Amino acid sequence: MLNFSILTKYFDLYFQGFLTTIEVSIIGLICSFILGVIVAVMRIAPLRILNWIGTCFVEFIRNIPLILIVFFFYYGLSNYINLSGFAAGTIGLTIYTAAFIAEAVRAGIQSVDKGQMEAARSSGLTYIQAMKHIVLPQAIKIVIPPIGNQFINLVKNSSILGLVAGMELMYFADYVHEKTWISFDTYIFAALFYLVLTIPLSFFVNRSEKRLARSY
Amino acid sequence: MKKWLFFGVIFTLIAALMAGCGKSSSGSESDGTLGKIKDRGKFVVGVKYDTYLFGYKDPQSGKVEGFDVDIAKALAKKILGDEKKIELVEITSKTRIPMLKNGDIDAIIATMTITEERKQEVDFSDVYFDAGQSLLVKKGSAIKSVDDLKKGTKVLAVKGATSGANVKKAAPETELLEFENYAEAFTALKSGKGDALTTDNSILYGMAAQDSDYEVVGGTFTEEPYGIAMTKGDKEFVDYVNKFLKELKDSGEYDKMKAKWIKE
Repeated sequence: MLNFSILTKYFDLYFQGFLTTIEVSIIGLICSFILGVIVAVMRIAPLRILNWIGTCFVEFIRNIPLILIVFFFYYGLSNYINLSGFAAGTIGLTIYTAAFIAEAVRAGIQSVDKGQMEAARSSGLTYIQAMKHIVLPQAIKIVIPPIGNQFINLVKNSSILGLVAGMELMYFADYVHEKTWISFDTYIFAALFYLVLTIPLSFFVNRSEKRLARSY
Repeated sequence: MKKWLFFGVIFTLIAALMAGCGKSSSGSESDGTLGKIKDRGKFVVGVKYDTYLFGYKDPQSGKVEGFDVDIAKALAKKILGDEKKIELVEITSKTRIPMLKNGDIDAIIATMTITEERKQEVDFSDVYFDAGQSLLVKKGSAIKSVDDLKKGTKVLAVKGATSGANVKKAAPETELLEFENYAEAFTALKSGKGDALTTDNSILYGMAAQDSDYEVVGGTFTEEPYGIAMTKGDKEFVDYVNKFLKELKDSGEYDKMKAKWIKE
């Protein structure tokens, strides 16, 4: 049976880490979504140079391990700008997730019938207006499930901050571990804290998927 | 309905995990470690791979060398008559106790301080090396000793080591940042993530030897007696290892080994 005294004795530490994990997740969620949509639009915009920049970003970032991106911001940039573990981790995580979101959004936009864009353009809307009012609202319904997956991944990937002294849940789980040396129980409790975040997120994604499907 | 099915699956999984845990901790306690080593014909020992002078894997030759490794080889020679009948397993401060408890390794010889807390989990041999905690700083740093660690000073340490807790005791106001291993902690110091790196002086001397921009300051502020850790309750093996250490010291072999690595 699990040793619940670990949880009660070190609850403050777990909770402190848990709050940081939430903080990282919220910042990461918002920023990676915005960045991801911008990159997706760049990839399909009718301008070669933008396509090229967008493609470079996606292919470069999503084919590198997350830990290297975080180490780049933490150790690599230290001669120019000295980021804390929290900042470096959150930036790395945001950029990494944005690449995957960009791919999901691009696929969603491209699955909207071409005629929609053509019709909007011929009724006098600019490219950006047409994208914003006609294409994106339709695309969003298609991309909610894949984006939801990326959000869940983001919450779990935030554990990377533990490796750069980012003081989140995993960092404190390690800390509790070195106090107790009861590995199994210590990390199971960390897993439960993650589940507290990811399961509601899962439900929320499923529900909004159904809602949006109905609004057609 | 689907929701409940989903919850059901989750809880079944958790229950299964817990049940698995119970089994692993209660079962499998056969012969003593010594018998196990002799049956296997090989001594499996956990050493550090990232700690210069004690257990360090040379990236060029691929060999793992150091004071701890030499002790391990001498012990293998004593048990099995051949220092080559040894398997070195990489451990870190964080993984060593769990790996010993799992039975993955026969003993830990890895700059491990004997503490009351750890004695609850493992048994220790007699002291084989007397270290003490100190500080590594960039040359010219304002920090000259542990008294200079004030509020806002960032001190770097390694997860699972005693040094983090010790420095918090000596200077409670400082901010402590812990890393996975010594290589990362030293990189963090070099990248300006903290003002000082703290751990046993023996390890810090190794770092200072690698990069002359850094120096060990302020003497030691703790006593860190290193011991060989073994599975708890295996008195036969502990006695054997203590006898081995005594022989090693009496024969003068120990001093030779120490002088080979540690030059203070």
